[in-house]
Amino acid sequence: MARKHRGPRPDRGKKRADKAAQSATPKEEAIEVEGTIVEPLPNAMFRVQLANGHKVLAHVSGKIRMNFIRILPGDRVLVELSPYDLTHGRITYRYK
Amino acid sequence: MITLKSAREIETIRRSGKITAAVLTELMQAVRPGLTTRELDAMAERGIRARGGIPTFKGYRGYPASICTSVNDEIVHGIPGDRVLRDGDLLSIDIGTTFDGFVSDSAVTIPVGTISEEARRLMEVTQECLMLAIAQMQPGNRLGDIGAAVQDHAERHGYGVVRELVGHGVGREMHEEPQVPNWGTRGEGMILRPGLVLAVEPMITAGSPEVAILDDGWTVVTADGTLAAHFEHTIAVTAEGPRILTLRSVGEHPDALRYRPKEEAIA
Repeated sequence: MARKHRGPRPDRGKKRADKAAQSATPKEEAIEVEGTIVEPLPNAMFRVQLANGHKVLAHVSGKIRMNFIRILPGDRVLVELSPYDLTHGRITYRYK
Repeated sequence: MITLKSAREIETIRRSGKITAAVLTELMQAVRPGLTTRELDAMAERGIRARGGIPTFKGYRGYPASICTSVNDEIVHGIPGDRVLRDGDLLSIDIGTTFDGFVSDSAVTIPVGTISEEARRLMEVTQECLMLAIAQMQPGNRLGDIGAAVQDHAERHGYGVVRELVGHGVGREMHEEPQVPNWGTRGEGMILRPGLVLAVEPMITAGSPEVAILDDGWTVVTADGTLAAHFEHTIAVTAEGPRILTLRSVGEHPDALRYRPKEEAIA
């Protein structure tokens, strides 16, 4: 079954800049915490339960995407928490 | 998120693909004037379940049947019903099987009885588009190479390439990333790597590529009423090249044999 095309129409208009932008890298150190994947959300986002019991929203880092690593509920991962918002993070490593 | 499939997972998709291929072959051989599209759908559902599979399409986003039957100016997603097939019709059948949690997706366009020369040529060129697309699926090539191959070949024959619908990655879900358009530029797009499993499905129209959707909310037709053809295979990119996981033993382009899954004897 064919899938509906999503995205810019070909041969029309200018190229749109990549919208999947990462947040600007803060000068302060991000906080690295271990966590476990609770559930997948759309757009390669996950709900992660941290060691301290907090649940955060995390997105998959570009490096993990580039290497096509699959992340599933139950996986233990390393999360970089944003110092500006401790409920958001970036998944930077999946433990084996 | 794009996932690469392991050799074992590709093997499972091939098992699913064999069911899809077998049932599609059954349908291809059953098609004749006088048959209704609903009868084909019933045959398909029985055939898939008898082989231990589940019809992927049924219930997918509310789709009511196990196959898509698209006749003449219908491009894809025609819903099987009381339509009676007539001599001269150009029929596309699209089918998907879920087996052991993995999906395979394939489609063919075939004549009902005797078709016009124009219809036969469109059908042939569209199948060639699929073969040319598969030939591009070598590791290291780019996603755009696939679409460029389809677009170049179709447009060289004066045909239209549908833009509103695309092929797709395949795995545990029928529609996974990436999108696989039937148009593109050589050298652009993601790099193809072993483990990538794609459903490539050229949708080619005899006239303008503009489409419209019927009131049933599913059937996609050509805006100008001209004929359309559709072929589809589920293909794995492997280190040894592309492997067609929905390969049939009947009604394939001669080039298709060269992409048969490893360790399968030529029937």
